[in-house]
Amino acid sequence: MNAPAIEILGLTKDYPVGFWRKKMRRSLDNLTLQVEEGEIFGYLGPNGAGKTTTLKLLTGLIFPTAGTARVRGKSIDDVTMHREIGYLPEQPYFYDYLTARELLDYYGHFGGLSKAQRRERVAQLLERVGLASAANLQLRKYSKGMLQRAGIAQAMLHDPKVVFLDEPMSGLDPVGRREVRDIILELKNQGKTVFFSTHILSDAEMLCDRVAVLASGKLLGVGAPGDIVALEVHAMDILFELREGRSLPAGLPGQVTTMGGRCHMEVPESDLYAALEQLRRCEARILSVLPVRPTLEDYFLRLVEKEKVTSHTVEVTVR
Amino acid sequence: MSAAPMPVAVNTFREAVRDRVLYNLVFFALLMIGAAILVGQISIGIDRLVIVNLGLSAISLFGLVMAIFIGVGLVSKEIEKRTLYSLLAQPIRRWEFLIGKYAGLVLTLVVNNFFMTLGLAAALFYVGRPFVRTDAVILVSIYFILLELALVTAIALFFSCFSTPMLSTLFTLGIYITGNFASDIRGFGDFTKSPGVKVVTRVIYYLVPNFHNFNSIAAASHGEPIPLALVGQNTLYAALYVALLLVAASAVFSHRNLK
Amino acid sequence: MASIAVPLLFATVAGLQTRIDAETRSIAQKSDEVLLRSPAAIQKMSFGYDSLLADIYWTRAVQYYGARFAKKGATFELLWPLLDITTTLDPKLIIAYRFGAIFLSEKGTGGAGRPDLAIQLVKRGMAANPDEWHLDLDLGFLYYWRMKDYTSAARTFLAASKKPGAPQMLAVTAAHVAEEGGSLDTSQMIWSEIYESNKDPKIRERALQTLQALKAAQDQLHLNEIADEYKNRFGRYPASISELRSAGLLNGIPVDPLGYPYVFGSDGKAALNPDSPIVIPQDLNGLAAPKQ
Repeated sequence: MNAPAIEILGLTKDYPVGFWRKKMRRSLDNLTLQVEEGEIFGYLGPNGAGKTTTLKLLTGLIFPTAGTARVRGKSIDDVTMHREIGYLPEQPYFYDYLTARELLDYYGHFGGLSKAQRRERVAQLLERVGLASAANLQLRKYSKGMLQRAGIAQAMLHDPKVVFLDEPMSGLDPVGRREVRDIILELKNQGKTVFFSTHILSDAEMLCDRVAVLASGKLLGVGAPGDIVALEVHAMDILFELREGRSLPAGLPGQVTTMGGRCHMEVPESDLYAALEQLRRCEARILSVLPVRPTLEDYFLRLVEKEKVTSHTVEVTVR
Repeated sequence: MSAAPMPVAVNTFREAVRDRVLYNLVFFALLMIGAAILVGQISIGIDRLVIVNLGLSAISLFGLVMAIFIGVGLVSKEIEKRTLYSLLAQPIRRWEFLIGKYAGLVLTLVVNNFFMTLGLAAALFYVGRPFVRTDAVILVSIYFILLELALVTAIALFFSCFSTPMLSTLFTLGIYITGNFASDIRGFGDFTKSPGVKVVTRVIYYLVPNFHNFNSIAAASHGEPIPLALVGQNTLYAALYVALLLVAASAVFSHRNLK
Repeated sequence: MASIAVPLLFATVAGLQTRIDAETRSIAQKSDEVLLRSPAAIQKMSFGYDSLLADIYWTRAVQYYGARFAKKGATFELLWPLLDITTTLDPKLIIAYRFGAIFLSEKGTGGAGRPDLAIQLVKRGMAANPDEWHLDLDLGFLYYWRMKDYTSAARTFLAASKKPGAPQMLAVTAAHVAEEGGSLDTSQMIWSEIYESNKDPKIRERALQTLQALKAAQDQLHLNEIADEYKNRFGRYPASISELRSAGLLNGIPVDPLGYPYVFGSDGKAALNPDSPIVIPQDLNGLAAPKQ
């Protein structure tokens, strides 16, 4: 079995807070995680959970209080590791006086490419992210979506084996989001590992091989979206219409919501046939019967709620 | 020798140009033109002296403003604007980034000084006296000004690594002023009876960069030669002090968590 | 690595500083002497922009003098402090010393009337600029013209003549002063030197005026001699120039350097035309006539 692309062991980050900077706020607590090569890995969590902190630790922008991590076998201390990674920061800011072409060319210098190779690669990438026509416009004139695309381009610049994306869909319109999704899938097809954080669960559900859920700095769960979700099928949704003049029968086994003449009723699987029989008796017209598939969102919310109830901010007072 | 600082330096220079920093040359040109035209009214016979004094003082002061105001933002501005995030994720070490930023600003100052020197030469030419061999000391003076500016830039860069632009400006300016009056501070200490004051002033003298070493404007305007030994020593002094500051800055910056 | 490098570099830098100090000490020595003797209003700081500040103060001094000179009854109390500050900031600004030599020392409406301060200023200039013969000339001038100290003047002119670039005239002047003391001849030599060696228009104007006055004084002496001759012949002093002409003792109408004809006063002595702007300065009193 191949070595994991990303290996995180007990990674912890404390920030000093308060006026005298004596109290510590633990923004990442003992994270242990592995990401296999070639995976698309989703890193989920509410705002402030520590997702960006994790990414900044992995890319060497901040330093861990405890724990280690390796990317492609190299420690995160090792700057040469950066040759193999690409990073899209959350809300990327770039030198606004540069054009997209100049920015990519500038960063391209650090990858050891020759001038000609650089030029070609930059042109290729600009084309790929759809910025070819705006390539010579200064970045300060770019819309948010365009900046995001420029950011993706620079993350892919050195043909990295592992790509870190922090909220790559943020600020994009549906067209933009689809493009990013396509790029992520393309990267996977090229054999790259993609590690991206998001709080948009539908994206994660659609793209990821595996996801992890983080809240308040703690890892709450890891697994494939399908596996997680499969644990929880338990209800059926019946869509029906009442005959004119008829009202809802009493004693239905589930909650009914009505909207514009149509009714939805969720019943536990075990009560399905009993409910259908009741509806048959009042001559309601059945429109559809579908399993209520719990989404990742349910799983997510449940985990997060549980965490909130059972934990409080870890306070470590510095003596 | 690593190649990573070079593109950083070039980009820093490019940023200065696009920020229209070099427009200060327009003011300098106007100043020189004004001086060249009006100087004859002050006193006969010292027009060349006044133009050299004014020109070199302006080169020094304009350069100082540039070195401090851009210098204190070299690192802090990039952290503030978060442009550093994607850059440091590249295969570049933190000290390579610092050296590149430093070199970029020094390059900007050198280019700026070059054009100002041309402006000064033009003003002298206009005032009428042809150039003589003793005028070479003006070039030495400009070189000393550059050494001073390189040193001030290093100080500003050092503070930029951990302090806000406002505080960094105050510290850098404070050190510059103290460094100019360092020998007077020491002289004061030598005069007093208190041994404590003597020690403190001595320590200040050797600790603070002694900018008065580079004072050369008076020599240049009077056409007095500056000994080659002093040129060598000042170059070495500046180089060592800059190295010291860059090492310290690297140490601080390499452990800095970017917010 | 930094914790070793930084202290090491500081130590090296400190060591280098002592070498630099030794180097600049010899250069600065002379100006330090000058500073210690100067009761300057501003303490001199070793600040890089001093020479520019000196130029600014020099401009102020010139404008101060010019503005006050135009006013009647003006005094020049600030001239000394302004020149003092100027020369403290730039001890090599020769023109400031030279200006002070003339106008600090001048009595009456054209100057501050302080020859003592002028001498102090010029001596300071000489200490800072030992090869500058112009300042020795000015000091000699001060001894001769304002202090009537002919011995010191002669000695100073002699010392001046030995300095690089000094004109030969100075040695001759020194000799004349040593021999004759104060006289119209030597005065003319000295004031000519002042005129020739200065570029400042105000100084040159003053020199020119004085030379004109000296010439007038000389002319008057000459006319008085002719008047004496007239007295010998006719038993009284002439009442006018025309009488001398009628007596055949004079050809043409003698005019002063500005073109005004001389007249004879009631005391029988030649005098300047009342319309003439020439003013014989007080310092001329007691100067001997040229020996025949």
